[in-house]
Amino acid sequence: MNEMLTVNVSPHIYTKRNTTSIMLDVVIALLPASAAAVIFFGWRAAVLIAACTVSAPLFEFIFDKIVKKDNTIGDLSAVVTGLLLALNLPASVPVWQAVLGSAVAIIIVKCLFGGIGDNFANPAITARVVLLLAFPGTVTAAVFPTEKFTDIISGATPLAVISGQEGTLPSLLNMFLGARGGAIGETSALALLIGGAYLLARRVITWHTPVAFVSTVFILTLLLGKEPLYQIMSGGLLIGAIFMATDYATSPTTEWGKIVFGFGCGLLTVIIRVWGTYPEGVSFAILFMNILCPYINRWTERKPFGGVPQ
Amino acid sequence: MRRILRGVHVPHSKNTAGSVPTRMPPPRFITIPLVMHIGAPSVCVVKPGDHVDVGQLIAEAGGYVGAPIHSSVSGTVREITSVMMTNGKPVPAVKIESDGLMTVSPSIKPPVVNDYDSFIAAVRASGAVGLGGAGFPTSVKLDIKDTSRIKEVIVNSAECEPYITSDTRTMIDRADDIAEGCRLLEKYLNVKKIYIGIEKNKPEAIASMRRIAANDPVVEVRVLPSLYPQGGEKVIIHNITGKVVPEGKLPIDVGTIVINCTTLAFIASYIKTGMPLVEKCITVDGPAVASPKNVIVPIGTAMSEVFEFCGGFKKAPAKFLQGGPMMGLAVFSPDTPVIKNNNAILAFDKDTASKPKETSCIRCGQCSAHCPYKLDPAEYGRALKANDVEKLIRLKVNLCMECGCCSYICPARIPLVQQNKMGKALVAEYQKKKKTEAGAAK
Repeated sequence: MNEMLTVNVSPHIYTKRNTTSIMLDVVIALLPASAAAVIFFGWRAAVLIAACTVSAPLFEFIFDKIVKKDNTIGDLSAVVTGLLLALNLPASVPVWQAVLGSAVAIIIVKCLFGGIGDNFANPAITARVVLLLAFPGTVTAAVFPTEKFTDIISGATPLAVISGQEGTLPSLLNMFLGARGGAIGETSALALLIGGAYLLARRVITWHTPVAFVSTVFILTLLLGKEPLYQIMSGGLLIGAIFMATDYATSPTTEWGKIVFGFGCGLLTVIIRVWGTYPEGVSFAILFMNILCPYINRWTERKPFGGVPQ
Repeated sequence: MRRILRGVHVPHSKNTAGSVPTRMPPPRFITIPLVMHIGAPSVCVVKPGDHVDVGQLIAEAGGYVGAPIHSSVSGTVREITSVMMTNGKPVPAVKIESDGLMTVSPSIKPPVVNDYDSFIAAVRASGAVGLGGAGFPTSVKLDIKDTSRIKEVIVNSAECEPYITSDTRTMIDRADDIAEGCRLLEKYLNVKKIYIGIEKNKPEAIASMRRIAANDPVVEVRVLPSLYPQGGEKVIIHNITGKVVPEGKLPIDVGTIVINCTTLAFIASYIKTGMPLVEKCITVDGPAVASPKNVIVPIGTAMSEVFEFCGGFKKAPAKFLQGGPMMGLAVFSPDTPVIKNNNAILAFDKDTASKPKETSCIRCGQCSAHCPYKLDPAEYGRALKANDVEKLIRLKVNLCMECGCCSYICPARIPLVQQNKMGKALVAEYQKKKKTEAGAAK
């Protein structure tokens, strides 16, 4: 009884969920898409995934060592960043470029801004955009699934076809399953939706941003007569709406804010896809909305219960 | 269907719901603090050497917002001392050595109650304070004068804190007292509507209260979701009536009185017997306690003696709480006395007592998503770091009731309630300073 007692401010119990378990849930939710990547794009996809998910935490570890911060890779957020980056690259990207992408994501976008929670832009998306500008040849290459699946498609990616390039659109079923050209993890709508359902069920994300994002794209392209069903399943739309636009640090925290954010992402995506030079606009759209995030948070502040304005 | 306020799903841990309270024998010494309520400290009317009996007045109310205090044992006053209470401040206290006889004071007789004034006077003399935990003097709460302002009374029986089952036992074991309490409110406060609000995880208590409602048309039982903090005053008002108590106002300003079910049962029993508030049924539980149970404890008994009565500890205790794990207060010493508004004492072992390590905020927004009052605790933390008082004021940190949902749900284990408390203190200080400056300018 003479031992020191613990005395602290209430509460004295906590939920089991912590940052690590949330990040682990995101990794689990990305497993179907990762599996689809390897199925459709073969060993090169597996190599890219391995390179990024190992190098991202490694860069964070090295950064923490250099600046003498507590080691933070145990929270698994760097693994999520690495995995997302890999899934957003086509199989044509050389490993060294992917690893460079990891370094940009972790060191420049995340750690230099203060680490987890303090980055203003999504690290994986920013890194993808940097690679896209630095190595357009490999990052925008229309890479198609391995021989087993190549007989079903030819020519340009679906988005390029919709934009007017030569080629035939894959069937909607192949779009849904993922047998189409694109980045390794973005092609299988089925796998991404399974991951999204898991995140919703585990309450890691809410429906607001993905639903607002996807439905905005669907409705706008429907009005513009631009193949809405192909639009929502092509490019990085689903992986962006489910996994990137829901990133905690770079998206709004209020429900209305999430809806505004999703709508903005959808609007910008359609503008870039339909009128822009690039066939795909999801990355740019999310990145732009990341920058608006603090303002959206401010515009959508909730009225406190019983609060009386001064 | 009205949208109920947000909250968190806490583990219920109602291990003692089936434990019929046992009355513990008086300990050799009791120490009764003279502050066991919100308001002025009570004024001691005994001196060392005086003989006192059970129920005898030992301290008078120190003001309108105050409550008298009575001896919980028979014996001899040994000294007027001071004890360290949970807020870290010493308060004066009366130490009494029990003679073990529990002789009831000859002054105990049922009060004469025949109208509003005599009813309020009786409640005042009973020493009643809010037994749900707040400790606000009940006579002040009920002293509405113009009883037409009362649209409804809510008997708060939510008992949303984990572990605690003392109100559950009141509803099961003392349903007659609650029924009588309702009749008293109808008779003397002219109350036309009484809601008994209970969380749905207490089926036996709900059945017991429904029997009251079956015999009294004024009473209606409302079964509420088991969602902490269902029993928060403004929360239960909203979830039952849909009314919002505005900032800085009291429940009566929207026509509502909220009273805890055990407080109501106590008032009824006082008016029947005249025995003031000298003992309290509390839940003794927690991961370190050998045999958790409900115990009726003389007020002023050291927590350590109550744990002893419950078979001591099965694991070495490392933290003691007065109240539940969400809002309960950690005490500095196990010898801290049990006071009027305690409804539980808990003991945690080393593994469950330690506070998890804090990591960086990941801006997940869980704290604000689960805040019943739609506040933004994470933002308060950032404002606090930047010493931005204006922002704290704009974002209404002052509304925080410290229910603990934000800290409970935070995946980064940030002590958000602690930050909110600091924010509130900073705002209070700032506004006080502004007021004096404005006064000086005039």
